[in-house]
Amino acid sequence: MKISINGAAKDVTSINLAAVLAEAGYGDARVATAVNGHFVPVGQRASCPIEAGDQLEIVAPRQGG
Amino acid sequence: MLGTAQYPSPAILGAAFRESAASVATVSVRREAAGAQAGEGFWRLIRDLGVHVLPNTAGCHSPSEAITTAKMARELFETDWIKLEVIGHSDSLQPDPFGLVEAAASLCRDGFKVFPYTTEDLVLADRLLDAGCEVLMPWGAPIGTGLGLVNPYGLRSLRAQYPDVPMVIDAGLGLPSQAAQAMEMGFDAVLLNTAVAKAGDPVAMAIAFAKAIEAGKLARNADPMDPRDMAAPSTPLIGKAFLQ
Repeated sequence: MKISINGAAKDVTSINLAAVLAEAGYGDARVATAVNGHFVPVGQRASCPIEAGDQLEIVAPRQGG
Repeated sequence: MLGTAQYPSPAILGAAFRESAASVATVSVRREAAGAQAGEGFWRLIRDLGVHVLPNTAGCHSPSEAITTAKMARELFETDWIKLEVIGHSDSLQPDPFGLVEAAASLCRDGFKVFPYTTEDLVLADRLLDAGCEVLMPWGAPIGTGLGLVNPYGLRSLRAQYPDVPMVIDAGLGLPSQAAQAMEMGFDAVLLNTAVAKAGDPVAMAIAFAKAIEAGKLARNADPMDPRDMAAPSTPLIGKAFLQ
């Protein structure tokens, strides 16, 4: 199914957020996630369903002012 | 407080921090590419600084965007502190006062310690304090301009109106003298980034700011004289030769 990861279209077969992260190559990266604009804590990724058209944001620490 | 963006290198960032005497580092969150691990490297660098971390919501233009970003930052940086930015005007990067209050209220209810990037507006300050903010971060000037304190009257009024609220001048400072002025006005701290990071010698500029901030704080605590319009000789007239 097609979803969006950080604004780019992506085809995935996994159906929950934790599995999508693994499938997309994030492995054990230090990232935080949001689905369709809503924050999903680490502990809830495995139970967070992902459906076609969902928009995922995957962020990491960066420089800031 | 010192930002972590725009330095020529991580080594210069680290050296600038050590020389600045800053105890808080501002950071952000941004999209991570799969397999990049860039976030982990940056996080290690910041942890090694041994300072408090203050994540921001830089670039957010709506309360919902800022709230989600804050929650992601809380998880990544393991802190309830958030420097809340809700931008309302793309050119000036002026805060959106309405969105700022809405986001601040929501985040305070959710247990965040909100440091709102705000203006010198007294009514907005009142609303932010009512929303649960315990600190205010009024701008000196628009972000990245280096113009200094462009509305000293407004900032003095804000300081006087809320004497017990910790306040940090956030944004717009370009020179150490401007930081000293902020401290002399009674502000508790300043937040710098561009002024240090984009200086020709960021480490030397960090030292200069540290000295200016210390000087301004000492001057404030020393209770400065009141200015007046009329001249008054400092040398006593009594005993002056030729005095009629």
